[in-house]
Amino acid sequence: MSVISLPAGAGSPESSPQAAAAERAQPRRHRWYRQPALMAGLVIIGLILLAVIAAPLLTSYNPDTQNLNATLAGISSHHLLGTDQLGRDTFSRLLYGGRVDLRIAFIAVLFPFVLGTILGSVAGYFGGWIDLIIMRLVDIVVAFPFFVLIIALVFVLGPGERSIYIAITLVGWVSYARIIRGEILVAKRQEYVLAAQSGGLSNLRIMARHLLPNVITQAIIYAMSDIVQDILAIVTLSYLGLGIQPPTPDWGTMISNGQDFLTTHWQLSTIPGLAVVVTGLGLSLIGDGLADLLRPGQ
Amino acid sequence: MGRMTFVFRRLLLLVPTVLGVTIITFFMIHLIPGDPARTILGIHATPRAIAILHREWGLNRPLASQYWLFMDRLVHGNLGISLYYNVPVWGLITSHLPATLWLICYAAVLAVIISVPLAMIAASRKDAVRDHIVRAVPLLGLGMPAFWLALILQTEFGVRYRLFPVTGYGAGLLGHLHSMFLPAVTVAIALCPVVIRSLRASMLNVLGADYVTTARAKGVPGPRLFIRHVLRNAVIPAVTVLGINIGFLIGGTLIVEQVFALPGIGALMINSIFSRDFPVVQGIALTFGIMVVLVNLLTDVAYASLDPRVRFDR
Repeated sequence: MSVISLPAGAGSPESSPQAAAAERAQPRRHRWYRQPALMAGLVIIGLILLAVIAAPLLTSYNPDTQNLNATLAGISSHHLLGTDQLGRDTFSRLLYGGRVDLRIAFIAVLFPFVLGTILGSVAGYFGGWIDLIIMRLVDIVVAFPFFVLIIALVFVLGPGERSIYIAITLVGWVSYARIIRGEILVAKRQEYVLAAQSGGLSNLRIMARHLLPNVITQAIIYAMSDIVQDILAIVTLSYLGLGIQPPTPDWGTMISNGQDFLTTHWQLSTIPGLAVVVTGLGLSLIGDGLADLLRPGQ
Repeated sequence: MGRMTFVFRRLLLLVPTVLGVTIITFFMIHLIPGDPARTILGIHATPRAIAILHREWGLNRPLASQYWLFMDRLVHGNLGISLYYNVPVWGLITSHLPATLWLICYAAVLAVIISVPLAMIAASRKDAVRDHIVRAVPLLGLGMPAFWLALILQTEFGVRYRLFPVTGYGAGLLGHLHSMFLPAVTVAIALCPVVIRSLRASMLNVLGADYVTTARAKGVPGPRLFIRHVLRNAVIPAVTVLGINIGFLIGGTLIVEQVFALPGIGALMINSIFSRDFPVVQGIALTFGIMVVLVNLLTDVAYASLDPRVRFDR
């Protein structure tokens, strides 16, 4: 693998990870638009986001309006995916449901990302008893299967969007903390950190300005697969009736409502499930592509 | 550090984790908004019932004393009384455990059976078309809601073609294998992407090793090379991956048991959530937590004793 020589100032700690990645002068095939996985993922997610954002333009039906004269209608030019048992347009509910699920998933991933990054940096940078306590906490949370803890937490907190955020934050931060801690342990021995320390910079400044930009990449890559996990959690909770509450449309509730009609009206449950699968595929492809792009050779 | 010291150290590390698991399950009740007893009982919240729960959980005592009460009962095998079934929670869990253990083992075996050949196909020619396909297709499994796949498999193979029972656990070994095939496949499909990925990586590693080059140079034919030299050395990491992902595996069984109406603790937990049976939910969360901790320990110890290259200084 040929590597073009580094330009002056490459890898300076103050630069953003994207800039640092670019400065590392990737061989041509590592440019982002030459990553087939990344491109495919971006196209898939781009199209899905476009469809759910432009929902009012793509469908004239209100997702919550019931039409009891047209229940369980088949696929037709009026109702692209038919209607459900309350006569609501399935296509419209699919688009608006996607809005809800994706919005919650994208917001939900931020809290554990931030909390885990902070705790992981503190644990890795300071070490000692702080590290010991945080990592023991990680071990304990990791001991519970993801879904068991999420479902149990939402059960005690009560159903709804707020509980989903709290549960995902309390369970999800551990992966970010582990990743960031590991990266910081390596990075803090680098010369630029020693230089910053001997220059008398505060620990906070060293962590925020010098260390984080260099270690955050791994957490961003992980966040992509974490969003997939979060979408699955949201949809599963809603399927169980613990997540998004009716009449707000969402993919999990749609699958749950349609399951009684699977043999006669397959589209009611199958299509929202496929939407989850395709969204998951797109995000996983982006994650894989980013990983290849940002850490070549691994 | 010797092997025994390693195992002993690993056992010692278990203590704080298990304690932490009990603390988290204990604190769940305090996350309930308002008076937990009143909230749990819902429409059945008569003053008498509330008073009984308060006394049962020691809710009017200080927090430390409540935890002491919880632990004191726990070490005596007392997880409380189910509010719905009105029987000891421990008995409920032990009677539902076999179905869950069956499902976990069955799914793990199926995941290995599906993953090993696919990983071999992918690793046999890195970056070839077949490699890309084997790497891309399992990504579909990563984002697939288990309950949705379960519903689809149930409808197709259970209702339409009547190949497998729609629900139930079956009787006898063959009955279990037949009845639990669809649930096990559902769980295995969610697990495969992770196993295939790490198996492929470890096979590529082994393929680059000197002893494989030597075997090639000696003229060992392809299939024999793969089975005798590569697979044997690549399977250990795959089993470890299964062990590490036991939490993921167990989490997957939860909802699949519910959809297939298997009498396991996953379905019991979800049904207990619907009947607001807090002691059962708490007991099962604790059981799952301790199960994961124990399997992780076993994985570490097994890995250390199987692979002579593992070093114990950490």
